[in-house]
Amino acid sequence: MATRQTQFLARALLTPAVGLLFIWMIVPLALTLYFSTLHYSLLDPGSEAFVGLENFRYFLTDPAFLASLQNTLVLVGSVLALTILLGIPLALLMDQPVIGRNIVRLMVIAPFFVMPTVSALVWKNLLMHPVSGLFAWLAKLVGLTPIDWFTDAPLLAVILIVAWQWLPFATLILLTALQSLDEEQKEAAEMDGASALSSFIYITLPHMARPITVVILIETIFLLTVFAEIFVTTGGGPGLQTTNIAFLIYSQALIQFDVGSASAGGLVAVVIANIVAFFLVRIVGRNLEA
Amino acid sequence: MARKETTQRVVISTIGAWFFGFLIFFPILWMVLASFKTELEAFAIPPSFLFFHWTTENYVTVQERSDYLHHAMNSIIIAGGSTLIALLIAIPAAWSMAFSPTKRTKDILLWMLSTKMMPPVGVLVPIYLIYKSFGLLDSRIGLVFILCLGNLPIVIWMLFTYFKEIPRDILEAARMDGATIGRELVYVLTPMAIPGLASTMLLNLILAWNEAFWTLNLATSDAAPLTTFIASYSSPEGLFWAKLSAASTLAIAPILVLGWFSQKQLVRGLTFGAVK
Repeated sequence: MATRQTQFLARALLTPAVGLLFIWMIVPLALTLYFSTLHYSLLDPGSEAFVGLENFRYFLTDPAFLASLQNTLVLVGSVLALTILLGIPLALLMDQPVIGRNIVRLMVIAPFFVMPTVSALVWKNLLMHPVSGLFAWLAKLVGLTPIDWFTDAPLLAVILIVAWQWLPFATLILLTALQSLDEEQKEAAEMDGASALSSFIYITLPHMARPITVVILIETIFLLTVFAEIFVTTGGGPGLQTTNIAFLIYSQALIQFDVGSASAGGLVAVVIANIVAFFLVRIVGRNLEA
Repeated sequence: MARKETTQRVVISTIGAWFFGFLIFFPILWMVLASFKTELEAFAIPPSFLFFHWTTENYVTVQERSDYLHHAMNSIIIAGGSTLIALLIAIPAAWSMAFSPTKRTKDILLWMLSTKMMPPVGVLVPIYLIYKSFGLLDSRIGLVFILCLGNLPIVIWMLFTYFKEIPRDILEAARMDGATIGRELVYVLTPMAIPGLASTMLLNLILAWNEAFWTLNLATSDAAPLTTFIASYSSPEGLFWAKLSAASTLAIAPILVLGWFSQKQLVRGLTFGAVK
């Protein structure tokens, strides 16, 4: 029974937020689109000229693009696999009758609250340093040769750091979903003689399908643009070994000052993210109706 | 017949959960320990776990040499300011969509969500150039503004899901009693909305405090918050593990405490209500 007056008020209250977000989305995106058609280098001001799709051709055929696309996919895929495959058993374990579960929860969730620059530097130095790091000491203890992480396996090192940051997120969401699972259903299955394994496969897993999908989509959105962890540990190197698309665009824009090419790259990143976003928005939208 | 909760099962799962929980937490613990060591001990092999010469010297040095408090203050202003402004814009919007929904409300909400999915790097170039020409590079106000816009969709979403849970009957009753919209807002809605507001604020503070794309790219010294300050330890000549650890411990401690308080809301806020 909303009157015309309240309807007007409701619209007036909504406008600032919608307007700001609209500007925030449209203006930079339009500028990116515009710059992407220009020859535009900050090192060579005044030489801006329209070049059509030249920047896209340059960006997409640059060997660095393929390398960074591959790194991005490996990074996103590995972190997703690690966080889900470790997160499910961890969440199942924490759903058991555990003494002091709240404290365990606090310990598990903690890495998520650590700022990316801190986690990256602590891992790089205190843990992964080839001589004085804890991992090197542990390796020597059991008679192995310590790994020089950032020289021999730089991408793997970045993957481990990022996975450590996101494992809490996956675990927490999966645990929340597990706790909303109807206990009676499981009990009934057990009374009917279902083994623990089959009740996991036929009851728990299907119930987890949606939260797992949500974890995958949300993590993908953030993982596509991992930046700080690379910025403070490897700077994209050695060579291009840890350059992902986000870092490639950053280095073209703010190190090589090639605005045109970086803008073309930015649009490519937007397109990739939108493909993922499309699915996430649909899932969330379906939920909104329920 | 309840499920068997034998002592054996409790013991095994307790040991397992504590073991893995400790393993995940260990890097943070290790960092905190290193912050109380001397530089030599922090670097020493074999490492000492508890029996080292405990010192708080690093904490003093971090402040004296690099003006830690200045950067901490920047973090507080940037995270706090962007959160406050985001709330001021989001509260009316969420209120409007929760209590006077129209046919388009759902579309607007989903559209807002989609703005959050735009990768920041896609708009890095224009934002950088705009900031450069307006003198906003390395300024706190510039960072407040961009973090506020970046988190606005999440804030609106969270508030919306909380407002939605306030029973509408109460509003109807207040309206029948002749309450104006202003009174309705102050006396009826606000008290019921405070828990939701508090957790939204908390989550947004955490996100803004830890934001490390715009802060690294747009701030260099004057306006640099803790994320950028810690990043300055990445240069090889600045390899002081104990001091890095001390600065890091200080930088994450307040947010770790806030985060532990808000873990339930975290799930809700970060999944846009898709998992509760």
